[in-house]
Amino acid sequence: MKILTGNDLRTGAVVWWDGAGWALHVEEAAEVHEAEALIAAEEAARRVVGAYAIEATRDGVAGSLRGIRPAHIKDRIRALGPTVRPDLTLKPADPNCGNWVI
Amino acid sequence: MYKYDSYDQAMVDARVAEFRDQTARRLSGKLSEAQFRPLRLMNGLYLQLHAYMLRVAIPYGTLNAAQLRVLADIAERYDRGYGHFTTRQNIQYNWIKLAEAPDILADLARVEMHAIQTSGNCIRNISADHYAGAAADEVTDPRPYAELLRQWSSFHPEFLALPRKFKIAVIASAADRAAMRLHDIGIRIVKLAGGELGAEFYAGGGMGRTPMIAPLIRPFVPIDQFVTYAEAILRVYNRHGRRDNKYKARIKILVHELGAEAFTNAIEAEFAHLQTLNIEPPAAELARIAAHFAPPPFDADAPAEVAFADEAVAQWVRANTHPHRHAGYVSATISLKPLDTNGKAGIPGDASAAQIRVIADCAQRFSFDEARVTHAQNIVLPHVRKADLPALHAALAAADLATANLDAITDIIACPGLDYCSLANARSIPIAQAIAERMAPKAAAIGELKLKISGCINACGHHHAGHIGILGVDRKGTENYQLLLGGSEAADTSLAQITGPGFDEAGIVKAVDRATAHYLSQRQAGERFLDTYRRLGMASFKEAVYG
Repeated sequence: MKILTGNDLRTGAVVWWDGAGWALHVEEAAEVHEAEALIAAEEAARRVVGAYAIEATRDGVAGSLRGIRPAHIKDRIRALGPTVRPDLTLKPADPNCGNWVI
Repeated sequence: MYKYDSYDQAMVDARVAEFRDQTARRLSGKLSEAQFRPLRLMNGLYLQLHAYMLRVAIPYGTLNAAQLRVLADIAERYDRGYGHFTTRQNIQYNWIKLAEAPDILADLARVEMHAIQTSGNCIRNISADHYAGAAADEVTDPRPYAELLRQWSSFHPEFLALPRKFKIAVIASAADRAAMRLHDIGIRIVKLAGGELGAEFYAGGGMGRTPMIAPLIRPFVPIDQFVTYAEAILRVYNRHGRRDNKYKARIKILVHELGAEAFTNAIEAEFAHLQTLNIEPPAAELARIAAHFAPPPFDADAPAEVAFADEAVAQWVRANTHPHRHAGYVSATISLKPLDTNGKAGIPGDASAAQIRVIADCAQRFSFDEARVTHAQNIVLPHVRKADLPALHAALAAADLATANLDAITDIIACPGLDYCSLANARSIPIAQAIAERMAPKAAAIGELKLKISGCINACGHHHAGHIGILGVDRKGTENYQLLLGGSEAADTSLAQITGPGFDEAGIVKAVDRATAHYLSQRQAGERFLDTYRRLGMASFKEAVYG
C-alpha cells in the first residue's frame, strides 16, 4: 500500500496523511491512490512541506506500533525518532520500538 | 578572539531582519517552498529527517563563554536540550521549528554569531587548527588569516553561486590537525629562514564520493598577497568548474581533469591579472584583526612541572592534553565521546545544554574565556595552567565530560547518519557506540587509532581519512557497512582503501576487533595502527578480517 508523509511546515514535525489531515503517528496513516494531486493541494495549502508517497505494509509488529509499517528503514526512523535517543521518540516508554524500526 | 565591528554587526543584524521577513512571507503563503528553500538554506536551515535542522557557523571553531551559553540556551529553549558539534567545527540543532528560526538567529546575533553560508554553493565556514595560538609548533597564529578569509568570503558577490560548496582550512604548523589537504583550498602559513611569512597553497582536495588529496599549487605566496591568491583560485574554479553534474562540480574534479600543472598555470595567470587590480585587503586591516588575537596574559610563574596524585586525573592529563607554547600551560581536550562507568558510550559530538554551560564555565575559569570546537567533534580549552588541571578535571567529571580517550579507538568521529540525516543510507551513531563499547577495554593497549564513520558517500564522518574508516551503505533496503583501512588526515595524508565485502551491524564491529587484534599481534615497537598497516599492507589485514 502507499501512504503519504511529509513535515509540518511550521514545526517541521514528521506527519502522515490520515485521510482527512496530517497525523503525528504513522499508525493513523491512510492508504492513498492519488498521491500527486493530494501532495500538490496540501503543500499549496501550507499544511505540509516536502511530502512524498512511500510503500508501507499493514502488518506491523510488536508493541503499540502495530498497524502500518513503512517499507524502508529511513521512513521507520522518521516515524519513530532517532534510534539512539529512545527518550526523544514518539514512544519513549515502548521497549519494542527499536525492534519495530530495525 | 575577534570582536565584531559595527560593519560586521550591521551585516548580521540585517540578515536576521531579512530572514524574519522571508519566514513570515513563507508562513503566510507569499513565498512558495521552491522560492523559500534557497533562502532558508542560505541561513543554514535544512529540512532533515525529523524536523528543521539549523547549522550555526563557528568560525575556525572558536567560542567564548557568552557564546557557549547562548548555544546552550538555544538547545534548551528552541530544541530538545542538546546540540551536535560537527566535523566542520560547527554546531547543529536537530529539532527546530521554522516559526522560531528567526528568533534563534536574533539570539545568535547578540553574541556575534550566525548561520550564514553554512549551506549552499558558497564558501563555507573557514576551519583551522584547534590549537591555534597555543601550539608550541606553529610558526604564527593562523586565526587572523582565517578571520581575514572569513570576512573576504562573507557575502563575496562573486562567490555566492559557485558550482558547488567550497571549504577552506588554515594551519600554521608542520603538523596538520585540520585535515588541511582534504579541503578545496588548504593553506599552511609558513615562515622563511629570514622570518618572512607566506602561505603554502594546496587546492583540489576533498572527501565525498570522489576523495582526493589536494596537490601543492604554490609553496610560497607572500602573506600580503594571500587573499589575492585565494581569489585567483576561486575565480578559476568559478569560471571552469562544471555545473552540468553536481557530482563532478567540486574543484577537485577540475584539478583532476585539468591536471595540477595546467590548473596551476591558470591560477598563476589569474593571480598575475588580479595583482594589477590591487584587491588585497590593506595591511592595516590584517593588523586590526591580528590585534584581536593577541596572546592572553599568561602567568609567567605558572609551574611547568606538576605532579598529579589522583590516577584518574593523571590518566586524563596524559590522554587529553597537548603541549602549549608556554611551559606552564597545556591545551586540554574535552571529549564528546563519553564512556560512562558502566562502559556505555554516548553519541559522538552531542552535548546537552547543561554540559555546554559547564564547558562555558570552564572556558571562563580556566582558559581565558576561550574554547575551540575540533573537527574531531571534541572541545579544546586552549590555555589551561597545568596547576589548574585537577580542578578542571573535577569540574568536567561532574558533568560526564572527563573521558580520557583523545585519539583513541573510542574517540570516534561519526556523522549523524540515518538517525537524523535525510541524505544518509545507514546509521552511524549506533555503530560508533557499539565499537566504542566493545573496544574500550583494549583502547589503552591499541593507542592512537582514528576511527571515522560516515552514513553515506558524502563522507561527513571523514571515513576516507580514518586509520579505520567505515562507510554505511544501503543494500536493498538494509544497512551494510564497508570497512576501510589506512587513511590519514594528518600531515601524512592518505586515503583509506576498502577491504572487501561489507558487513551487517554486528559484523562490522567484529571486523574492527579482528583488524585491531591483527595490529596488536603484528606491531613493532613504537608503531601505531596506521604504521603497522602501512608496513604490512592491505592483504595482511584483509586476511585477518575475512579469514
